[in-house]
Amino acid sequence: MDRLLDLFSIVAIVAGGFFFMAGSVGLLRFPDAYTRLHALTKADNLGLALVVIGLLPQMDSVLAALKLVLVWLLVLLSSAAVSQLIARAARRRERTP
Amino acid sequence: MTGNIVSLAIVLLLLALAVWAVVARNAFLAIAGFVAYGLLLSLVWVRLHGVDVALTEAAIGGGLTGAMLIGAVSRLRGTEAAARAERSGAGVHVLALLLSLGVAATLALCVLVLPDPAPTLAPQVAQNLAVTGVGNPITGVLLAFRALDTLLEAIVLVIALIGVWSLAPERFWGGRPGLRHQADPDGILAYFARLLPPLGIVFAVYIFWAGADHPGGKFQSATILAAMWTLVLMAGLADTPRIDHRALRFGIVVGPLVFIAIGVLGLFSAGALLAYPPQWAKPMIVVVEVALLPTLTLVLGLLLAGAPARRGGGA
Repeated sequence: MDRLLDLFSIVAIVAGGFFFMAGSVGLLRFPDAYTRLHALTKADNLGLALVVIGLLPQMDSVLAALKLVLVWLLVLLSSAAVSQLIARAARRRERTP
Repeated sequence: MTGNIVSLAIVLLLLALAVWAVVARNAFLAIAGFVAYGLLLSLVWVRLHGVDVALTEAAIGGGLTGAMLIGAVSRLRGTEAAARAERSGAGVHVLALLLSLGVAATLALCVLVLPDPAPTLAPQVAQNLAVTGVGNPITGVLLAFRALDTLLEAIVLVIALIGVWSLAPERFWGGRPGLRHQADPDGILAYFARLLPPLGIVFAVYIFWAGADHPGGKFQSATILAAMWTLVLMAGLADTPRIDHRALRFGIVVGPLVFIAIGVLGLFSAGALLAYPPQWAKPMIVVVEVALLPTLTLVLGLLLAGAPARRGGGA
């Protein structure tokens, strides 16, 4: 059982790392602010979610696991809000060159 | 082994970011590098098991200082083109290079001649920590063994705020700091500024209370509270207070005043300035921390808001 959980952790964290890498590549390669944001939010949301899910079975207590989930939710909230703000600022700059 | 590789990677990244922050020609890019540098530096502190320092570095070094610098850059934008056009001569470059090399060499030499093992007071702190009633040695040092340093730090912050305020033009003295932020009341920022502060306040209180026995404390907590306040200000949900408001001024000085009062009390009850009688140590430390919390929160928030810039009606 423990082996299986460890395997699950490894798969999930590696998948999360892949999303972070893909997000970073997108940030560097995509042409404008909107597509870059698109790449970045994938890394924040999916990548971090997979890392957190992967770490959950490794936690000693339910409380520590809940804290991890809370961290993910907070990052989700702030990255969603900030990317909207950045996109809006980019759009405003487009309209008034 | 892997730990060493991670440490080495962090150090190399840290150096690269430091160089970037210095050589970047665009001030905004330099600050982006500086903020990333601060966050990475807090990771270094975590690896050195200095979690208290890591929290402070992330909050103050990366967050608050970064926000202040961005504010400064947006004010300097008009002059940046002129500053960039300015070219200093080769002589100045050589002098700057020699000076930097000299400082770097001196620092490196100082690190190399440090005695090994380094002189430390840590065993004494660990031995006497029980007297203070707090479990976190950092809090014990800050508020009991080196209380004078902490007191002076709080006073320096208040003086810094007075310094910022004194930059206000005569006609705005007593007015409200900064510009009134206008944001879409139904927009994402307003939503964010309504949703996050309740969570942030709970978290700040937790960090504050946990600081007695775990990493955390009033400084980290005050930074979170100030950040929440700033978020509400930036979303336009509230306005900065007038700086001649009595309650505001009381909140700013209450921390140092209570600290000094308890310190003087120590003269009579424990025989030395800022000393606590053993059985009262913990409650007195808590009183000082509680009193410092509004001071630090208000000062950090108002330092970010800047000098009074408009009259502002009402109280």
